[in-house]
Amino acid sequence: MSRTSAAIAGIGATEFSKKSGRSELRLAAEAVLSALDDAGLSPGDVDGLVTFTQDANQEIAVARETGIGELTFFSRVDYGGGAACATVAHAAMAVATGMARTVVCYRAFNERSGRRFGQPNARLSGEPTSQGLEMSWHVPFGLMTPAAWVAMFAQRYLHVHGATSEDFGRVAVAMRRHAATNPAAWFYQRPITLEEHQASRWIVEPLHLLDCCQESDGAVALVVTSAEHARDLRRSPAVITAAAQGAGADQMMMTSYYRDDMTGLPEMSVVGRRLWEQSGLAPQDIRTAILYDHFTPFVLTQLEELGFCGRGEAPEFLKDGGIELDGRLPVNPHGGQLGEAYIHGMNGIAEAVRQIRGTAANQLTGVTNVLVTAGTGVPTSGLILSAG
Amino acid sequence: MSGRDPRPATSVPAVAASPVSDDELRELAGKQAALGEVRGAPAPDPVNEPMIRHWLAAMGDANPAYLDKGLAPPAMAQVWTMQAPRPGARDRSPVDDLLAALDAGGYTGVVATNCEQTYHRYARLGERLTPATRFTDLAGPKRTALGVGYFATWNVTWYGDGDEPVAEMLFRVLKFRPREGTREDRPPYPLQPAVNQDTAFFWEGAKSGELRIQTCADCGRLRHPPGALCPRCRSSRLTYTVASGLGTLYSYVVHHHPPVPGRETPFVVGVVELPEGVRIVGNVVDCPPGQVEIGMALRVTYRPMDDRLVLPMWAPEEP
Ligand SMILES: [Zn+2]
Repeated sequence: MSRTSAAIAGIGATEFSKKSGRSELRLAAEAVLSALDDAGLSPGDVDGLVTFTQDANQEIAVARETGIGELTFFSRVDYGGGAACATVAHAAMAVATGMARTVVCYRAFNERSGRRFGQPNARLSGEPTSQGLEMSWHVPFGLMTPAAWVAMFAQRYLHVHGATSEDFGRVAVAMRRHAATNPAAWFYQRPITLEEHQASRWIVEPLHLLDCCQESDGAVALVVTSAEHARDLRRSPAVITAAAQGAGADQMMMTSYYRDDMTGLPEMSVVGRRLWEQSGLAPQDIRTAILYDHFTPFVLTQLEELGFCGRGEAPEFLKDGGIELDGRLPVNPHGGQLGEAYIHGMNGIAEAVRQIRGTAANQLTGVTNVLVTAGTGVPTSGLILSAG
Repeated sequence: MSGRDPRPATSVPAVAASPVSDDELRELAGKQAALGEVRGAPAPDPVNEPMIRHWLAAMGDANPAYLDKGLAPPAMAQVWTMQAPRPGARDRSPVDDLLAALDAGGYTGVVATNCEQTYHRYARLGERLTPATRFTDLAGPKRTALGVGYFATWNVTWYGDGDEPVAEMLFRVLKFRPREGTREDRPPYPLQPAVNQDTAFFWEGAKSGELRIQTCADCGRLRHPPGALCPRCRSSRLTYTVASGLGTLYSYVVHHHPPVPGRETPFVVGVVELPEGVRIVGNVVDCPPGQVEIGMALRVTYRPMDDRLVLPMWAPEEP
């Protein structure tokens, strides 16, 4: 992808809550309209829509509700939260190839008041699709929640690298500290201590409750158009410097336990290599990283896979506020999904845009490049967004 | 992580594989009902003494009034127009197409649930009855004790000479999807694995107390979880090796929350490394969760979950 062909020109969101009281379609429509207002565009300017395979709102339904007319591009990305940055990648490809001029990416759900991903779902191994068969090696044994799937990796990480639950806890503490000063965050003004993390109940050992992100109702939308077009619009653009998708060898959904090593995220390594190659940038060029944090352990793994530190060095990297606002690499200044909201990674992309614009609640200084990642433990995606 | 929660018991999702969908069934039912009353072929024989006598004998009815007065028992209404079981000779009613569609949709079971007859007058000797059928309603799919099914209801009116109604009958059947072998109607827990041609050998092995690891018959590679082809040599000649049943714990979790139906918490799930060179997931049992540790020696043990499923699990190997 050429470096400056597309940009994010608008961001929009609903409030983040535990009970929106509205339909998922209404949440999607509200976020899309809010993103278009932010960009200074009207629904009639949109000719493409992209969302997650898991989203319950079809592109045509969102188009009908918002007054978007004809569509020339629509696409969906699979693999849960791994889709987040990839929606922007698909939109950027559509813009670069002329399939569409202005594409809106969206994700909307009542993930707390509706169907909760954290609860056991008896249908996971229901049908002999490739995914149903994959799940069938795990689900009959009661290994059937996202926390449990991640905990299996986390246990191995602790064992191999001599890390402790407190190392995971430092991620939670940092995210809640950031959220505490972000008025849009669910956990606004509610920081936690490491002691509270350690005292929180077990969900799936070695994960405590405070290692697990919240469940949220809400929606986020992002407007993608050419960088040239974006420069003529209301907001300063967040240029898509690099965009990548990645699946690793022997990839599974959340349960890639059969590879040589279980302490890494090879799919994130694929994404990272592509981001660095495309952008010509290196980890030291990144002012802040938005790392997918549905569970704390994979934040450590991502720091290693993306080259911010070496293998097994993340616990050291985290100490003394290493990922906090004044640390060596501030991670998730908005509070992440642990602190702000769990909108399947899309709220993190919006935060990256705000950091580049200079409008974030916890605004960092001198932000030129922001790296963003999507869902971990699944085929995933990433972005580098830049000022310009 | 996709999929939806089970729906309430009164409404059941259609089975995707059905060649006839629930929507198509409803549409056909609407069409057949719109046809109104459809006349069938007149009875092959007029109301006659020999058949009345047979019927009375078969029913154990000793009332002499019928034959004395030249009248047929009203409950015989169906008898006069019952069709001979000759293929191709059937006179199709609006009901037949619908029942055939239900069969095609997998609702192959049938049981009569209602039969209400109304008699207007006695049929007389020498009179030739003509049936007319009106399809009235299709309700469902509903979850019943027999399985998921539809209630189909129709009315038949028998007309005598002079086109006046002699008898009427409301008939209702439940056409259901037999439970045997369908996942849909069984309780979801204990959770069953999805099984196909590539994986059945493993689950059959567990039932017979064997831990079977897929093995390429051409290059000898062992692989778990099993697949459709050998990724090393592309062979589709796949067989299995019966593993020693020994293993070493590679990683594990202790599940506390949320509750998993059919399991008592806390329970342990582990990734076990086999000396045969593959890893496998299973529960670690017969060991308090606090004593489970990476590197511990394990031996496979087979635990029946219900009448169909046996899971290979792992217990500490005594030194
Ligand atoms: Zn082979």
